[in-house]
Amino acid sequence: MIDRSRARTAFRVLNGTFFVLYAALCLVPVLQVLAISLSSNTAVVSGRVLLWPQMATLRSYSYILEKDAFWTAMQVSAVRVVLGVSVSMAMTVLAAYPLSLSKEKFRARGAIVWLFLFAMLFSGGMIPTYMVVRYTGLINSIWALVVPCAVQIFNIVLMMNFFRSIPPDVSESAEIDGAGHWLILLRIYLPLSLPSLATMVVFTMVFHWNSWFDGLLYMNESVKYPMQTYLQAILVQPNPRMITKATAELLRLISDRTLKAAQVFIAAIPVLLAYPFLQRFFVSGILLGSVKE
Amino acid sequence: MKVGHRLRREIPLYLMILPPLALLVIYNYGPMLGLVMAFQRFNPALGFLKSPWVGLYYFQRMLILPDVGRVIGNTLYIATLKIVFDTVAAVVVAILLADIRSARFKKTVQTIIYYPYFLSWVILGGIFKDFLAVDGLVNRFLGLFGVAPIRFLSTAPLFPWILVSTEVWQITGFGTILFLAAILGINPQLYEAASLDGAGWLRRTWHVTLPGMRTTIVVMLLISLGSILNAGFDQILNLYSTSVYSTGDVIDTWVYRAGIQQAQYSLAAAVGLFRSVVSFVLIAVGYYFAYKKADYRVF
Repeated sequence: MIDRSRARTAFRVLNGTFFVLYAALCLVPVLQVLAISLSSNTAVVSGRVLLWPQMATLRSYSYILEKDAFWTAMQVSAVRVVLGVSVSMAMTVLAAYPLSLSKEKFRARGAIVWLFLFAMLFSGGMIPTYMVVRYTGLINSIWALVVPCAVQIFNIVLMMNFFRSIPPDVSESAEIDGAGHWLILLRIYLPLSLPSLATMVVFTMVFHWNSWFDGLLYMNESVKYPMQTYLQAILVQPNPRMITKATAELLRLISDRTLKAAQVFIAAIPVLLAYPFLQRFFVSGILLGSVKE
Repeated sequence: MKVGHRLRREIPLYLMILPPLALLVIYNYGPMLGLVMAFQRFNPALGFLKSPWVGLYYFQRMLILPDVGRVIGNTLYIATLKIVFDTVAAVVVAILLADIRSARFKKTVQTIIYYPYFLSWVILGGIFKDFLAVDGLVNRFLGLFGVAPIRFLSTAPLFPWILVSTEVWQITGFGTILFLAAILGINPQLYEAASLDGAGWLRRTWHVTLPGMRTTIVVMLLISLGSILNAGFDQILNLYSTSVYSTGDVIDTWVYRAGIQQAQYSLAAAVGLFRSVVSFVLIAVGYYFAYKKADYRVF
């Protein structure tokens, strides 16, 4: 098709410009935080920092990396991600396989599907959930960040749909050879769905890394906070007093503001690293569970 | 197949579903049953079973507390604005994005505009507190036009719009994915026919692209009905402060403060129950019509 009019060309140029500006707008807030984190406090206070570090220094980063509290939070997050992803993936696979079978093969399917579906639509809300977590003895335990959110119904639906797309002849021939359900799941379904599983693992990792509210809710001591909760606590405090034993020279380089900025950026790094993997998959991922016309 | 044999073959399936089902029952259905606390003078030491019953006492209190009316109003207002602006922004950006020809440029733009979706609101809160600060970039930019610095995050009338614009900033890119897929699904012959009839880009967009996206738009709107009482808890908790409670405090943030920070368990649970029931009805209605209209289904 040939575009005849000049208006059309003008529109394309405008459209391209719009997207350059839009993309810039997506980057600018993050670049400002990065610039603040890499600038000396003197430059930040005098308002010279825009998008590029002024009187650049890594002192904010090295100051944070020397702090025990930071590493404690990092460690909690690491444990949380490992436990959370393993438990959640196990639950997803264990629920998805039986639910992917026909009603003839798994007669309880109908009722169980409704249980999962209803839980997607209705929730008890924050306060009763908090009480249940408390009564099951999870308060102040790392498991409070793992177990209550282990059943991700949306992931189960995605996995179930994926299992259903595996041709039935594959499992049927295995069944004729005498393979049971466990064998079919472990030896046939799981190897066939490795790419989907990998995607889901990355998404679940990001979910666990990003979660912060359950840490705030279920952990009574701040030493048990995961990274994002620890960061949130710092960011909402009016005077976080992160700097102890400050010399005048140090205060020229860092301040609570530059330290906050540095920690915001550090907390974003794992997600930015995972992002290329996420991007490769999420388009197909979110389309899977959506509009079927 | 004999009944016994069939059951024996099903036993592994029950064993598989047991752990996830048990967790579902405890952590999803447990709290639903725990909602009885809204009808009790709940005492954590006595639990759901032994706390004294007070009937509708907390619901009556809920109706007379001025706070509750205010947070429900704020929630509806903020959530409606978000649904409208999120949808319009994603639809418009998807249409414009579909018009870009250079594959490399398109891919670069997509990579950049999708990423904010994956950052948590703790991080974004930290970022926007700097970005919207009195000496932040936005105020510096406005300063070029002689505008006096604005305290974006602590000016009550502005706050709902800050919530809307930062959310649009975060999710528009990601939101385009579904709409782009809808546009790609439109039969190219329709465009050719329209062009032959002399329709320009604007008319092709209006008469071909938008009708082609209608089902997706309708489904997304129906589904977002369920979030009308969810104005974005993570976002608000990370951006708000006491100075914007009058316009920025929503049901979820209020429930958190009343129920967890002030330990008014039953009152907060009553408000939570109200929220859950209304959301449930709206989600169910939304899904029902999405299913009827577009054969949309989850399971």
